[in-house]
Formats: sequence, structure tokens, C-alpha cells
Amino acid sequence: MEPDPRPSLAVWKFASCDGCQLTLLDCEDELLPLTDRVRITHFLEMSSAEDSREPATLAGTGPYDLSLVDGSITTAEDVRRVHHIRRISRRLVTIGACATAGGIQALRNFADVEEFRAAVYADPEYIATLDTSTPISAHVPVDFELRGCPIDRGQLLEVITAFLAGRKPNISSHSVCFQCKRRGTTCITVAQGIPCLGPVTHAGCGALCPAYGRGCYGCFGPMAQPNLEAMVRELRHDGMTERDIVRVFRTFNAASPEYGPVPELATQQAPEPPAEEEPR
Amino acid sequence: MSHRGSRVLRLDALARVEGEAALHLAVRDGTVTEAQLRIYEPPRFFEAFLVGRGHGEPPDITSRICGICPVAYQTTACQAIERACGVTVDVPLTELRRLLYYGEWIESQSLHIHLLHAPDFLGHPSAVELAREHPAAVERGLRIKQAGNTIMEQLGGRAIHPINVRVGGFYHVPTPAELVPLAERLRRAHDDALETVRWVAGFDFPDVAYDGPLLAMRDPGRYAIDSGTPAVMAAVAGSDGATPVRTLPVEEFERHVVEHQVPHSTALVSQLDGDHYLTGCLARYAISGRWLHPSALDAARAAGLGDPATGAVCRNPFRSIIVRAVEVAHAVAEALRIIDAYEPPSRSYVAVPPRPATGCAATEAPRGLLYHRYAMDADGTLTLARIVPPTAQNQAAIEDDLRRQVQSRLDGPGEPPGDEELTALCERAVRNHDPCISCSAHFLDLTVEHG
Repeated sequence: MEPDPRPSLAVWKFASCDGCQLTLLDCEDELLPLTDRVRITHFLEMSSAEDSREPATLAGTGPYDLSLVDGSITTAEDVRRVHHIRRISRRLVTIGACATAGGIQALRNFADVEEFRAAVYADPEYIATLDTSTPISAHVPVDFELRGCPIDRGQLLEVITAFLAGRKPNISSHSVCFQCKRRGTTCITVAQGIPCLGPVTHAGCGALCPAYGRGCYGCFGPMAQPNLEAMVRELRHDGMTERDIVRVFRTFNAASPEYGPVPELATQQAPEPPAEEEPR
Repeated sequence: MSHRGSRVLRLDALARVEGEAALHLAVRDGTVTEAQLRIYEPPRFFEAFLVGRGHGEPPDITSRICGICPVAYQTTACQAIERACGVTVDVPLTELRRLLYYGEWIESQSLHIHLLHAPDFLGHPSAVELAREHPAAVERGLRIKQAGNTIMEQLGGRAIHPINVRVGGFYHVPTPAELVPLAERLRRAHDDALETVRWVAGFDFPDVAYDGPLLAMRDPGRYAIDSGTPAVMAAVAGSDGATPVRTLPVEEFERHVVEHQVPHSTALVSQLDGDHYLTGCLARYAISGRWLHPSALDAARAAGLGDPATGAVCRNPFRSIIVRAVEVAHAVAEALRIIDAYEPPSRSYVAVPPRPATGCAATEAPRGLLYHRYAMDADGTLTLARIVPPTAQNQAAIEDDLRRQVQSRLDGPGEPPGDEELTALCERAVRNHDPCISCSAHFLDLTVEHG
């Protein structure tokens, strides 16, 4: 029998909502054509084929040409599993905020996990979970990180086709503001004084929220080199309190190291004078 | 080892379900002694970190519990908080909310039907292989799914974790012109959905029945999704031959639905007044079937589900694929009705000022009844969050179904089943219920089995 010439693709899941791997199934127009070009060898949500079921703890059917990893690391077993997946993957790409930044479950990183356990669990002593939720890159080398909570379907297809072609994905790391301008959306902060994280947030969603009359809430995480000092000052100016500012950064990419200075910045900066006295 | 003797069967990773779980089955001397759905998703602590957040935040935060049904979380969270604050959202906005929810129903149910469930009936490991043999059916399914996603994208901003939902309504309401392309797509999807009902009705179905109580929302006159009161259809018919249905005010939900820990699962197991029960499409169809859209009612009759207008009930979990297909037809027809009647509301949301109060709500996620309760203080800071997702409620019923199906196969005529056959049977039995495992495990008690 001729060997299958198609490169193999594996999809793995750790702690997550499944939304980023679901994005692949949401490629309704592209899903079947894609399977002409890649062999989807391991994707539990999609296939019950034996290959798909091969437990990652065994040296199974790898190597995989491209592994997509959804979800963050929150258990000791998952630490072992991600190392194994790295060993059997030629290229490893993280998809989404959980795999790339620890996800919303990384809010535990700022809290006393014992209190979290006690708040949620009747018998907290039985919970097998780590005190932290960490991105995949904290454990193994990663070839590319695709941002977003959830990822963008178009960007996912770009990443897959780029890796299949052996080139770098064409994914910009500029801010949401660029996409707003490109979309022709009037700046909602300038025009309406609505607080918006667009200036410091990684592009990729297509600048959705401002187009719907809502400030960006940062679900794609930080852009490259965000100017947080200026951002926090602007959020203050637009009426956000210290608590609001800390909360808005502590969501789906809460553990991104770029956001580290936010609480201190929010505390340090005195509220701006009222808007009408501030020339814009 | 005799197949009728003692054995232990394990399946480490259950495929074609949302989230991750394993099965564990023990058979001693021909009798099933254990049938466990082992949900091993790690906990994500949502209920804990919602405490201390603002009362406007649960729609965005709880949507991240599940990528496959974020609108269910957003809608239920909004309703619970609005109720706590004593705010009523008026009709144009509730209709838009329902339209978004229908988008999710269409997307999620078509995903289950075509990509996760149908391969079982036609002997394929996935929709990719299924598409080689039945390309038209899979392409049709993807087209319907895309129609649902298009509603989510237009009205919600995107299909996964929509950005346009806020407590009190929306950030932006569409113009009628923005909904026109949706209507065109939905008209085609309606034909496709009816064709899907005919397609799945032709599958082979084992003759089994779930015989426990059913729980779903009930809102007389309407196939309840985001409205009504939780209602229970009893397991057995009353003395008059009709199966009684009783309602439980949502405020009393937690008094009737009690969760307890089991050693093998990160999800809690719920009991309804001490009994296992089923929520989801079979329960909805039993409780609200008579109020389906006429085109969906006709499709249900033609598909051999009996006449829901006279109270026909489907208790065969394998046939849930037909019920889901009927629900998709209903959702498409209803979405079209909302779009055709749409006049933009004068405001995109109703203000929801906080007050110290508690509020709860329940709606019908595609997989079944979803319950939220929040308490907040005067400035809207949440002091409590409680979420009961459908799959955790279904877990005991799913395990009961597993036990009965395996036992029935062991007791049946013919060759004793091999491990492979039993494994396949169990997987199918679980998939019939479309479990959403990420949802169920995110909050719930996890115990580690030792030894």
C-alpha cells in the first residue's frame, strides 16, 4: 500500500472550554477540503478512530507533523502528558488563551487555591489539581502561539496552512486599534468616552467589540510591548476605578506577564481631572 | 476468561463528545456491578472566582465554561442577575435574545447530529469517513450548522463566546437590513433541517427505553428554551393513563435537585427528589413537544415519533438524534419567524442597577436544563455564584442507562459480547445523551480514587 502522503495533524486538549478546538469544527466550508490535505490523526472530539484514541501517555502512533494544543496545565498528570506530546510532535502550536496564557482558570494564580477549593468543593482535600494554571510554553518549547479567547477561525486556517507549507504564519502582533482603523470603526473612546483595551490588546478578532459599541475587553491578551502605563491612565480618565481596572485585565489572559504591573499602576495613578477639563 | 464471567472493561478516552471522560465497567458473574462515566476534566473553579466580580461580568466569564454552548451560559446568567435586580427585559430584546439562543441550538445540535452522533449509526469513526459515503448528508449538516453560526456571528459578534450580550440586553441591536442575509440562509436551512429529520429517521434503532423522570423547562404555548418554569414528567403514568407533569418554581430548584459526590468523577451527581433523572432533548420533547412549530410537528410525526400534539413521548435514547433533528427544524423556523417580525427596539439594553439581593434562573442549553444563582451586595459585587450544568444532572441517568444496556446485552440471546462490542455499545449509550463534559466538570467536586 502507498504510504499516505498527507502530513498528520493532532489536536490535544488540557483545561479549557473546548472552544478553540471546536473552532476547527466550525470551519464548515473548509473542514472537508482540509482533510484532503492533512490526515487528522488524533482529534478526540471529532473521531473515535483507534489512532485518535491512543492515550498520550503511551508512545503511540506519533510522530505527528503538527500538534495543536488547546487548554492550560492544571494537573501533575497533564505536565507529564504535555511533555510526551512535545516528544511525539514535529511542530507544536498552542491555540487560544488557555494554552498560550493559562486561561481564565489562571485566576487561581492570584488567589489562595485552598480558599478556592473550599469555596467550590465539599471535600477539598480530594482535589487533584495544581495551585497554578500555566501555559504550555511554561513546560515545553512551543513553535507558535495563536492568541484569543476564542481563537479566530481565519487565523487558525492560516496557521495550519503555513505549517503545512513550511512557512511562518502571517499573524501580526499589532493592536486591536489597527484593526478598528482598517474596519473603519470610529474610535469609541475618543467619540464616546467608552473605556477600551484596544490600544494594548493583540489583534486577531477583527476589532469586534468596538464595532458593536463596546470597549475591547482584552480577550486576545497583550499585543507586543503594550504601553500599560498610558493605558491605565486612559482607563482612569474614562472613569474606571482601580478595582475595575484590575478586574478588566484579570480575565481570560490574567496570567500574561505583560499584565503584571497593572495593579500597581492602577493604585499609583491618581484619578485624572474630570473629562471636560482635559484636552483630548 | 468467560465473557459471562467476571471482567473489568475500561475505555480511557471517550471520543466524539465535548470534553474528556472515561468509562469503567465491572461485570461479576454475568452481572454488571459497576457502570461509571468517569469525568476527569480538571476543575476550573468558576464559582469561586466569580465571587468578588461585578454583577455585569457573569455573561462574559461564564460563557468561558463551555465553547459549545456559551449563549446558554450568557442567557442564564443575564436572567438570574436581572431577576436579582428586579429588572424586566422587554419583548423586542427578549426576542433577540431568543434568536441568538436559537443560533446556538442550530449550531450545537447540528454539530452533535452530523459530526458526533450519526457516525455511530452508519459505522464510521468520524464525519470525515462518513462524508466519503454520504457526502450530501454531511455537507447538508455543515450547511445547517453554518446557518446557526451565522446567527451567532451577526447578532453575537462571533460564534464562540459572543461579545454582544450584556446584562439587560445587548451592546448593539441589528437593523432589519442586517438580518436579511440571515433569513435567506435560514430558509435554505429549514429545507435542509427537514431533510435531516427524514435522513436520521431512517437509521436503525435498538429498542430500549429510559424509564426515569424527565426534567425540562415548561412554558405553556411555547417550546420552552429561555422561559417558563422547571417541570418534571413522572417516570410512570398516573391512574388516568396520562403521565403527570409537575412544576417546580425555579427558586425551589436547589431544594429538589441535590448534588452529591461520587468517587469516580469530577462532576457531581444530581438527584431530583432522591432519584436519577434525565434532562435534555428527550425531556424537552416530552414536556413541550405539543408546542413545536407546525413544520417541526409534522416532521416529528412523519419520523415515527408519534404525535407530539397529543402528548407522544420518546424515551429511547438512541432516537434522541431524531428529536434533536426535529428541534433544529423548530429552531430554524422560529428564528425565521423572529427575523420576519423584527422591528428594532428603541434601546439596546435596559439598565440593571445593582441591589443587595439573590436571583436565580434556568434555561434550556442544547444538552438540557442549566441553572444559575447569584447573590450580590449593594454595589453589585457578587458574594455567591452557583451553577448546575446539564451533564452533571444527567450523569446518574447515563450510568443507569449504561448498566441496563450492558446487562440486557449480557442476558440477551446469541454469542456473549466481546470487550470491543461492549465498549462500542457503552460509547454509543453515552453519546446518545450528548454529554458536555467541560461544562459539567468545571465547578464540581473532584475526588481521586485511590488504589
